[in-house]
Amino acid sequence: MIGPQDVVNGLLLGATISLGAIGVTLTYSILRFANFTHGDFITWGAYAALAALGLWTAATGGGIGQLGPLSFGWPLLGALLVAVAATALLALALDAVLFRALRRRGTPLALVIASFGASLALRHLLVFAQGPQPEYFTREISIARELLPGVRVTADQLVVLGLTAALVLALHLLLRRTALGRAMRATSENPTLVRVVGIDPDAVARATWVIGGALAAVAGVLVGVTVQVRPLMGFELLLPLFAAAILGGIGSVYGAVLGGLLVGLAEALAVPVVGAEYRAAVSFLVLVAVLLLRPQGLLGEPE
Amino acid sequence: MTGSEPALEARAVVAGYEPGLPIVQGASLAVRAGEIVALLGPNGAGKSTLVRAMAGLVAISSGQVRLDGLDITGWPAHRMAVAGLAFVPQTENVFARMTVEENLDLAGFRLDRAARRARARDAYELFPDLGRQRRLAAGRLSGGQRQMLAIARALVLRPRVLMLDEPSAGLAPRLVGLVLATLREVRALGVSILMVEQNVRAALAVADRAYVLAEGRERLEGSAAGLAGDPEVARLYLGAGATAPSSAGPA
Repeated sequence: MIGPQDVVNGLLLGATISLGAIGVTLTYSILRFANFTHGDFITWGAYAALAALGLWTAATGGGIGQLGPLSFGWPLLGALLVAVAATALLALALDAVLFRALRRRGTPLALVIASFGASLALRHLLVFAQGPQPEYFTREISIARELLPGVRVTADQLVVLGLTAALVLALHLLLRRTALGRAMRATSENPTLVRVVGIDPDAVARATWVIGGALAAVAGVLVGVTVQVRPLMGFELLLPLFAAAILGGIGSVYGAVLGGLLVGLAEALAVPVVGAEYRAAVSFLVLVAVLLLRPQGLLGEPE
Repeated sequence: MTGSEPALEARAVVAGYEPGLPIVQGASLAVRAGEIVALLGPNGAGKSTLVRAMAGLVAISSGQVRLDGLDITGWPAHRMAVAGLAFVPQTENVFARMTVEENLDLAGFRLDRAARRARARDAYELFPDLGRQRRLAAGRLSGGQRQMLAIARALVLRPRVLMLDEPSAGLAPRLVGLVLATLREVRALGVSILMVEQNVRAALAVADRAYVLAEGRERLEGSAAGLAGDPEVARLYLGAGATAPSSAGPA
């Protein structure tokens, strides 16, 4: 049976999918290609946080503490910042050595294939370096409380929702109120005119990588906190990410958030009915249905 | 204002979209400070390609572009705008999904907030219609107002020279004169102007001087008044270029 708990679980899963889908949709609309590396940004973000926590505990000889009812303490927030910086740098480095040259030659398909190759390389580097086994930020448990009758939520999960909402709001303000945000929106509308106006398209591209990489890192750490850290965690999220971005309307940030929540809900509501082994098929069905019925997505504009 | 150097100059520019297939084939022209210069010529003469190349949007394979004597050949387009060479493309020259105000702010993204507000006020003074609709998405403006917005946005960075690619294209005849007359007001601000035009009569009515381009090179140059009565201009427009083999002529 589907219950209110499934709805809450779906929203929690959807929140992390949203963070990832925002990056996919920004890359698509501003850099103009479907970036298959995005899932691996999520994974590398999680492992960067894991490495930072490892250094911290080795240096202090202690654990990562516990903040109130949470399973983690302040060191995890520090690790989150390290992960954000490291993943943004990884995205910038990939742009510098790979994507920028292909962008100049103006071949979107080459960019997609290159991102596929980069994704493969990043993923297997992690398997090679870390092994395939799951890792955890902490062995502590965040205790679930009954928030509403029949709805149990852990404090960790509330942090996931709150942080996601705060980041979406921050991105909204960035896009609407700042010169960089205006330049990003303008680039998604007309990249040639942006150059005529005096804006360096490479600078906009770099900002897009930093924002997309940072949000991916946060998504990775949040999955790591609520589930586990594995080399394939981001790759397995890739289909939900694209399903969410396309369901919301590719290019639309608000669409990506909405799409993420809906894909998360669809997965969580389908699992009690069809069984957990078909979880991955849900995103695929959503994707096919959107492409057949409303290819421009919920908030997208028709071509 | 330093006397000898033109505000904008093209020297034997060769440019095109594909290597080995130049559309502009050694064109030269000059815009002196304070001048309005029209660039005329039949379809396919390379007028648009020449101004787009000068704006940094089309690759130049040889020749030079100079702004106030400074060699800016091959600079990326975004540096042109900052260096003082503004460009208004023919189509899709406003950000349709963004408001009038955001369009102006985009051009002033290097300026601080107070300076951006001041530049926007100047634009609304020159084009009161825009001021009344500053919160409207640019895509909902009329054709004439869009053209005004594109010009206003090009002026935000206080350029030395403004290049326009067919500012009258797609406008109702009543508006053509209005938009072109605006260019006189722009010139009064100290901006020299180079405009590509298909509408020869309207362009010569506003311009001081004009060049006629054919097959990628300038064929004629003269005062607007002189060219307006020149039979050679009429002949070039009939498509029978001076030395053109008519292999690809219309049947």
